[in-house]
Amino acid sequence: MDFSKDLMAASSTPIVLAILAEGDSYGYAILKRVQELSGGHMQWTDGMLYPVLHRLERLGHIEARWEVAESGRRRKYYRVTSGGRRQLAEERRQWEAVDATLRGIWHALSEPVARAAPSLGGAFR
Amino acid sequence: MTTPADALPLEEQIDRWRSYLARRRAIHPIDVAELEDHLREQIAGLTEAGLASDEAFLIAVKRMGDLDAISREFAREHSERLWKQLVVPGTDTAAAPALRSDAVAAFCFAVAAAVLMKLPALFGLDLQADAGFYARNVSLFVLLPLTAYFAWKRRLAPASLRWLPVAFAVAAVFANVYPFGPEGDTLVLTVLHLPIALWLAVGIAYAGGRWNEVTGRMDFIRFSGELFIYYALIALGGAVLMAFMAMIFEAIGIRVESFFQYWLLPCGATGAVLVAAWLVEAKQGVIENMAPVLTQLFTPMFAAVLIAFLGTWLVAGQGLPIDRNVLIAFDVLLALVLCLLLYSISARDPRSPPGVFDVVRVVLVISALLADALALSAIAARISEFGFTPNRVAALGENVILLVNLAWSAVLYLRFLRGRGSFGALEHWQTGYLPVYAGWAALVVVVFPPLFGYI
Repeated sequence: MDFSKDLMAASSTPIVLAILAEGDSYGYAILKRVQELSGGHMQWTDGMLYPVLHRLERLGHIEARWEVAESGRRRKYYRVTSGGRRQLAEERRQWEAVDATLRGIWHALSEPVARAAPSLGGAFR
Repeated sequence: MTTPADALPLEEQIDRWRSYLARRRAIHPIDVAELEDHLREQIAGLTEAGLASDEAFLIAVKRMGDLDAISREFAREHSERLWKQLVVPGTDTAAAPALRSDAVAAFCFAVAAAVLMKLPALFGLDLQADAGFYARNVSLFVLLPLTAYFAWKRRLAPASLRWLPVAFAVAAVFANVYPFGPEGDTLVLTVLHLPIALWLAVGIAYAGGRWNEVTGRMDFIRFSGELFIYYALIALGGAVLMAFMAMIFEAIGIRVESFFQYWLLPCGATGAVLVAAWLVEAKQGVIENMAPVLTQLFTPMFAAVLIAFLGTWLVAGQGLPIDRNVLIAFDVLLALVLCLLLYSISARDPRSPPGVFDVVRVVLVISALLADALALSAIAARISEFGFTPNRVAALGENVILLVNLAWSAVLYLRFLRGRGSFGALEHWQTGYLPVYAGWAALVVVVFPPLFGYI
C-alpha cells in the first residue's frame, strides 16, 4: 500500500516512540516491528528511518547508545526518555481524536453508501 | 548460504557501498556505521530465508532506498554538517583522540613561545628600552617553537633533527654578536630578513621528509598562505578583545595599558602564530583554502590596476625620483604578484587545460615585469650617483631575485598556454626557487652588517 509522504512523516513519530516504549531497540528491529504491526501494509524505506531517529534524538525524545551486538558488530540502540513518553502520550491523545473523528465519519458514510450506491449516492435520500 | 567462496565478493560489495555512502557530506562516518549494521542485518535475514548472498545484497540495498533522497533527509536533519566543523570535531569520529592531543601539543608550544618571549625580562631586558634586542630575536622566539611543533608532529628523522637546531643556533649567534648601531639600517635589515631565512627551517620541519618533493614544498606554500590569513583573523579578534578589555577596566578606573604592552600583546602575538598553525593543520582538507579564493578574486583586479598604471606612466612620461621607497614599492609589487601567482597555482589542478584565468595570470605577471623593468631602468641609470647604502642594495637584490623568478615563470606559463609545456614545470620552478629567498635573506643577515660597518 502506498502512503502519502505527509502521512508517513506525521505517523512516524508516534509509531517509533511507541515501539521504543515497548523496550529499547535499534533501526532494523524497529522496521521489522512496524512491518509486523501493520501486517506488511506499511513499508518504510529503510534508510529514511534513520533521519527520523536522529530528529527524535535531537528533540530529546529518545537517547542513543552504542553497544556490541551478539554478532560482534557495533550497534546503535535507542531508548525513549521521559520527555519522549510525555510526547507519546500527547501524540496518542491527538491520534485518538483523529481516529475517533474518522471512525465517526466512516460509520456515517458507510450505511447510506451501501444502500444508495446503485441510485447515485445520497442525492435522492 | 554463505560459503567461504562467495563471502569475499559480498564483503567487497559492502565495502564499495560504504565508501559510496561515506562520500556524502551530510552523512557522517558514525551514521554510515549505523546504516551498514542495518544493511548487514537485512542481508543476514534474507540469506536465512534462502537467498544467495549477492541477491540478498541487491534487495537490501534497494530496500535501503535512494541514497540521494536519504542524504537529503540527513542534510535536512543535520544542516549544521554542511557547515563543516573545525575546532570541535564530534567525539564520535575515529580521529578525535589524535586531534585532541594535537590541540594540547599546539597549546603547549604556544605557551612555550610566550615564555620564550618573556624570558629575557628575567635578565633585565626591558621590552621598551631594549627594543632592538627583542626585534632581532622575536623571529627566533616564534619560529623555534613552531619548528619544534612540526618536528614533533611529523616525527622527524634524527638526521633533520640535528640540522634544525644548528640552523637556529647559527641564527641566534648572528642576530646577537654584531655590534649594531642603535636603530641602524643593518639592524632593521637583520630584523626583516632573519624570519625569511628561518622560514626555510620551518618549511623543512613542516614538509617532514617531503622537502625534496614538489608536492611537499607546494603544501608548505599553501600552509604559509593559510597561516597568514588565520593569523590576520586572530589578530583582528585579539584587537577587539583588547579594546573591550581596556574599555571595561577604564570604566572602573583601572588602566591596563602596561599590562597590554608587557604581557598580553607580546605573549598573545607570539602564541597566536602556533595557534594559527594548528588551526591550519586541523582544517586542512576540511574547509576550502582561503588563499586561492582570495587570489582568484584579486588577480584580475591587480592586473587591471597594473595595466592602468603602465598606460598612465607611459602617456604621462614621468621620470621616477630615485628613492629607496620606490624600490621597496616595486619589491612589494613583485612579491604581491608572486603570491597571487603562487596561490593560484597551488589550487589549480595541474592536469586541467589552459583557461581564461591562466591568461589573466599571464597578463598580470607580464605587466608586473614591464612595470618593474621600467622602474629598474629608471633607477639603475642614477643609482651610482647616490652610492650603495645597505637598504638600497638589499632592495635591489630582492628586486632582481623576484624579477628572475617571475620572468622565467612567465616563459613557462606561456609555454603551457601554447601547449608546449606542462603545468608541472611551473610548479617545479616555483618550489625549486624557495631556497633562493632564504639564501639571500641569510646573506643579508650574515654579510651586510660587517660589509656596511653596522650602520
